[in-house]
Amino acid sequence: MNSTRKMPIWRILMQWEVILFFMFVAMIVVNSSLSPYFLDSNNILRTTFNFMEKAIIVLPMMFIIICGDIDISVAGIIALASSFMGLASQHLGVGTPALIFIGLLTGLSVGALNGLIITKIGVPAIAVTLAGFFLFRGIAYAMLGDMAVTTYPESFAYLGQGYIGNTRVPFELVVFIILAIIFGIVLHKTTYGLNLFAIGNNSTAARFFGINVNRIRFFNFALIGLLSGLASVLLTSRIGSTRPNIASGWELEIIVIVVLGGVSIFGGAGNILGVVISIFMVGLARFGMGLINVPGIVMNIVMGFLLLIAVLLPGSLRQLQSKILTKQQQR
Amino acid sequence: MLEKVVKKREFILLVSLVSLIVIVGLRSPRFLSIGNFRDIMDDTALLAMVAIGQFMVILIAGIDLSVGAGVALTGMSVALLHQYYPGIPIFVIVLLSILIGFLLGSFNGILVSLLRIPPIIVTLATMGIYRGFVALISGGRWVSAHEMSDAFRNLPRGGFLGVSNLLLVAILCVIIFGIFLKYTRTGREIYAVGGNEIASRYVGINLKKIKYLPFMIAGSIYGLAGLLWVARYASAQSDTAMGFELVVIAACVVGGVSIFGGSGTTLGVVLGVLFLGIINNALTQVKVSPFWQMALQGLIILVAVIVNTVMEKRTQKLVTKRRNL
Repeated sequence: MNSTRKMPIWRILMQWEVILFFMFVAMIVVNSSLSPYFLDSNNILRTTFNFMEKAIIVLPMMFIIICGDIDISVAGIIALASSFMGLASQHLGVGTPALIFIGLLTGLSVGALNGLIITKIGVPAIAVTLAGFFLFRGIAYAMLGDMAVTTYPESFAYLGQGYIGNTRVPFELVVFIILAIIFGIVLHKTTYGLNLFAIGNNSTAARFFGINVNRIRFFNFALIGLLSGLASVLLTSRIGSTRPNIASGWELEIIVIVVLGGVSIFGGAGNILGVVISIFMVGLARFGMGLINVPGIVMNIVMGFLLLIAVLLPGSLRQLQSKILTKQQQR
Repeated sequence: MLEKVVKKREFILLVSLVSLIVIVGLRSPRFLSIGNFRDIMDDTALLAMVAIGQFMVILIAGIDLSVGAGVALTGMSVALLHQYYPGIPIFVIVLLSILIGFLLGSFNGILVSLLRIPPIIVTLATMGIYRGFVALISGGRWVSAHEMSDAFRNLPRGGFLGVSNLLLVAILCVIIFGIFLKYTRTGREIYAVGGNEIASRYVGINLKKIKYLPFMIAGSIYGLAGLLWVARYASAQSDTAMGFELVVIAACVVGGVSIFGGSGTTLGVVLGVLFLGIINNALTQVKVSPFWQMALQGLIILVAVIVNTVMEKRTQKLVTKRRNL
C-alpha cells in the first residue's frame, strides 16, 4: 500500500526503522569519538563474534513475536544442547559432524516439544516456555553438576572461532547473514510470512480464513529450537567449554533486541530491517562501552531506556501523525 | 458440596502437597521435625511475600519481571545506607526500604497505566535499569556481613514465640492482601479488570488506578523483601536475587493463577509457594543432588500449567453447555 502512494518526507523520517538507523549512526559517531579503537574494521568484524549466536536466535524469535507468542526457554535449550554435546564428546569421543548433529537434534526436538504442548494442549506459550526455562537448564545441571566439559575435538573450534578462507570475516557472521536473508525473504515475500502477520493481528480471523494457525505456531517453535541448537553449537565451539550456566539471561536480551527492532510485542507488526539494525546497534554499543570500560551491567540501564523509547516513540509519533492529518483534512 | 471442593484446583494442590510431605517423611523422618518445618517456612517466607505482589500484577493480566532487580536495588541501597550511616535507626531503614520499593513499583505502574506500555515491556526494561543501578551505586562492590551491624543482620531472625520476624512479615502480607483482594471493592475491581478490561471500563472502574495499584503494591512488598533478603543472607551484591522473578512467577502459576489474568486465589499462591519450597527442602532430605532441583521445578511448573489449561477448558465447556440449554 505504501509503495503505490508517494509518501511525504516526514512520514518516511518517522518510521521506526529510520529512527533506529539514525540512532545506530549516532551511536557509532559517539563511540568512535570516545575511543579511537572503535572504527577499526578488524575490531568491528572481530566483535561480531560476541553477539552472532544471540543474533541467530533473534531471527526465529521475530517470527514468534510477530505471531503473538513468546519463547523464554531459548537459553535453556542452548544449555541442554551444549550439555549433550559435552557428554557425547567426553564419554563417546565423537567427532565434529556428530557433535553438530547432536546439538541441532537436541534443539529441534526440545523446540518441537514446546510447540506440541502449546498447540495440542493449548497451554499459553509464556507458561510452557517458563517451565522450559527451568526444565531444560535444570536437566543440564542434573547431568553436569558443577562439572565443566572442555574435551572438544580441535576441528570443532572452527565453527565458532574460524574465519572464511584467508579473510577476516568470521564464519559465524556469514552464517548469520545467510540466515537473515532467508528469514527476510520468508517474512516479506512468502505466504508463510504473510500468515505470520495475519495470525499476530487476529488469530481467530486467520483461522476462519483457512490458515492452519496451530501448524504455523508449531513450526515456529520447532524452528527456534533448531536455531537455538545451532547457536549452542557455535557458542560451545567458540568458548570451547560447556557449563550448565552457559548463556544464562540470554532469553530476555534476545526479546529486547526483537522489540527494539520495531516488532510489536502484541504481534502482527515488524520487519527484518529494523531487527537487523537493532542486533548490530546493541552488539556494537556493548562493544563500544566495553572499550571505554563501562561494565556490561551498567549497559543494561541504557538498554532498558532504549526499550521504553522504542515502544513509546512510534505510538506518540502515530498520534502526532494523525493530528497533522486531521489538520490537513480540516483545511 | 464435597464434589465442588474436590474439583477445586487448590484441593488438588493440597493433596499433592500432603502426599509429598508423607512420602518424604517416610523416607526421612527428620523432614517432619519442627526444626525442619521452621527452616522450610523461613526459606519460603521471602518467596511468599513477593509472590503475593506478583499475584496481583498477574491478576490484571500483567507480569512483573523487575522483581529480582528490584529486590537487589532496594537491598543494596539500604545496605549501603546502613554501612555509611550506621546511626540511622533500624525502623527508619525498614520504612526506607518500603519507600524505595514503592518508588520502583510506582515507576512500573505509571508506565503501564498512564503511558499504556505493555507490562512485559515495561518490566523487561526496568529489570535492566534497576539491575544496572545496583552495579552503579555499589560500583560493583559487595556489602558483606562484617559491614552490617548485629541489629541489621538480626532483623529477619528475631521474633517471638519461635516465629521469626521474616515469617511474621510474610504471614501478615498474605493475610492483609488476601483480605484486600477478596473482600474490598478495589480488590474485586482488580479481578474484574483482569477478567474483562473493556467490560470493567463500561461499569465505571477507574482503569488507570487499578492498573497502577498492583505494581505499586508489588514494589512496596519487594522493597521490604529486599531489606530482609540482604539481612538474612548477610550480603548485598550486584547479582542478588538474579532470576528470582521467574521463580516467583512459577510459584503463582503452580498455585493455579491464570497467566491471562482475572483468576487465581491467595490460598492457591500460598500453596504454590509452599510446594516449590518443600520440594527444595525435601530433595536435600532424601539426599538427591541439589543439581536436580531446577529440573524438578521445571517439571512441576509444566505439569501445573497443563493441569490448569485442561481444567480451564473443562470449565469453559461447562459454561457454554449451560448457555446453550
